[in-house]
Amino acid sequence: MPKVLPLNALEAEAIYIIREVVAQFEKPVLLFSGGKDSITLLHLARKAFFPARIPFPLLHVDTGHNFPETIDFRDELVAKYDLDLIVAHVQDNIDAGIVKEETGRYSSRNQLQTQTLLDAIEEHGFDACMGGARRDEEKARAKERIFSVRNDFGEWDEKNQRPELFDLLNGMIELGQNVRCFPISNWTELDVWNYIRSEKIEIPSIYYAHERSVFERDGLIWSDSPHVYRDDHEEVAIRWVRFRTVGDMSCTAAVASTAIDIDTVIEEISGSTISERGARIDDKRSEAAMETRKQQGYF
Amino acid sequence: MDVLKIATAGSVDDGKSTLIGRLLYDTQSLPTDKLEAIKKSSEKKGYDYLDLSLATDGLVAEREQGITIDVAHIYFSTPDRSYIIADSPGHVEYTRNMITGASTSKASIILIDARKGVVEQTFRHFYINHLLKTSHLIIAVNKMDLVDYEESAFAKTEQQFRSLLDQHPLEKRTVHFVPVSALKGENVVDISGAMPWYTGSTILEILSKIDTVEESTQGFLQVQNVIRPKTEEYHDYRGFAGRIKGAHLSTGDEITVLPSMKTSTIDGIYFNGDRYDEAPVGSSVSVTLSDEVNVDRGDVLMTQLPADFELTKTIQATICWMDSTPLRPRTKFHLQYGTQRMTCRVQHILSKKSTDFRQDITEVEILELNDIARIQLKLSKPIPAITYDQSKELGRFILIEPQSRNTAAVGFIE
Repeated sequence: MPKVLPLNALEAEAIYIIREVVAQFEKPVLLFSGGKDSITLLHLARKAFFPARIPFPLLHVDTGHNFPETIDFRDELVAKYDLDLIVAHVQDNIDAGIVKEETGRYSSRNQLQTQTLLDAIEEHGFDACMGGARRDEEKARAKERIFSVRNDFGEWDEKNQRPELFDLLNGMIELGQNVRCFPISNWTELDVWNYIRSEKIEIPSIYYAHERSVFERDGLIWSDSPHVYRDDHEEVAIRWVRFRTVGDMSCTAAVASTAIDIDTVIEEISGSTISERGARIDDKRSEAAMETRKQQGYF
Repeated sequence: MDVLKIATAGSVDDGKSTLIGRLLYDTQSLPTDKLEAIKKSSEKKGYDYLDLSLATDGLVAEREQGITIDVAHIYFSTPDRSYIIADSPGHVEYTRNMITGASTSKASIILIDARKGVVEQTFRHFYINHLLKTSHLIIAVNKMDLVDYEESAFAKTEQQFRSLLDQHPLEKRTVHFVPVSALKGENVVDISGAMPWYTGSTILEILSKIDTVEESTQGFLQVQNVIRPKTEEYHDYRGFAGRIKGAHLSTGDEITVLPSMKTSTIDGIYFNGDRYDEAPVGSSVSVTLSDEVNVDRGDVLMTQLPADFELTKTIQATICWMDSTPLRPRTKFHLQYGTQRMTCRVQHILSKKSTDFRQDITEVEILELNDIARIQLKLSKPIPAITYDQSKELGRFILIEPQSRNTAAVGFIE
């Protein structure tokens, strides 16, 4: 019986991009946070080179304020697929006095990640960093090229980007520069979820509804944790929540939810009228929070 | 679900952002938090309507200046299809960013202000889409509410635009004219009650009917990587990874490797460990061949060579110059052709388009940013003598400046 390959346009495009990264760069790396987008990216990378092994390592910038479920999941995945994982610790830079920890009510290690990322890029000589960022996430991300050149300080010159024509990706760079590559640029949050469902991709349990100690502030639900600042009057309660996006614990809010499996999660997102990054506290700092961070080298 | 990519073009203040905002709003694609922000801003500015244009501006500089500098990608969907809008700048100085947005799009929406009709910028937008051979053009005659929804205003603009089309015929392409009011939501997603004289489709209806996949006669694959696992299980596996273009490929298809012109047969089409007899256009697969022929990255595996097929090292092309450093003849560049890169030299500048695109200027010494010109190139390796007219994928290239490594031009082989 003839077998015909089903066409999934977004998957085919992402695989094409990942293969171009491997062909055009000497030392590519996949930035892996343990979140659903980087897990999807990893799945696509395995398909792109199957039956060969993934020809690049994974880099996790560990803020030290992660959800333990995410770290456990990361380590299981690395063992299961025989992956090379590099972990760069934000704590190391704090201990060395290179970056200063924020204090107070909205303190977070999110901004501090940039320095650790740039150090790791320099130390390992990575010339291309693949990431699971999507253009539908945030207005500054909507402006990114698929191959986006960074100078040797990791800075993004958003007003002077390279033209990018058709599928002709130009990965030629000067020594010291590196390129941020975004294979799933054109996917939406719902595309990622539908793909996770159809491919039966495993994701950390925190994406599904569970009971957690939380408190409310500014209309958002925060995890109660030693890593998250809490005022005495802010009361902790146990509630059914899940995470829609997973970042540093101190800047990722939960959403009230009863969605306990992939079908109910998709149902919930399809009906949701709030954008995904509505629960990212770091984006609420100012109108241009993401753009400013990206100019400095944030992913 | 399939994905349709659309580009928008229009001059300043002709309502491009509002049209995009309207598409998002009327398809319920604007999340509550964004909508709240738009409501607040609109109230603050004292408007008695929602300023939907606020749904699009991305960069600080864009918000400050109230213009679009670079392409933003905006997403919306209906139950049947996902859409990606490349929201491109209209200003002359950002033409290269506009081409960036339009190059990956199947359809372009060109906005024209009904009060003004076809203006200088319309020529530029039309000409770039003409150059790219964008399959579907939608001419949205906007701000119909400001001309009392008069059919005559729409008819006048359509006629002006049709005279442009007479000068640059668009074979195999479709042009739709739609009278709209993006501000009031007439004929964007919902049909207008205010223009009963218009019996055509809304913009969204037109978009929903565009074919996302077109097949031609020749299937081919530009090799990206050679996959050699060298594991016990796949000891002799040598797969050529790439994306299928032109037409579908089947196991058993005879192929010619370009440029070596060696022939072989497709032994298997593989994806994620499964073997397929057939794979459609657009799929990213690996193929194995039945002979031990030498194939490198950049080579093209091609079915059914045309009767008069030849390889060439000299090409003529129309290019758009995108670098701030001017182009001078006799300079060398890297030429990226599919997944292949080679050295090339600009032999001559044959002519360039006047700024209004109505004349060809000859005896040109240099090309400056955003100039569109015909040039002759000499390549270090042969490529198929196939024009952009014959094949969009095989008839295009980019030039990369060897010092800065920037993409300096896009070219269309003629």
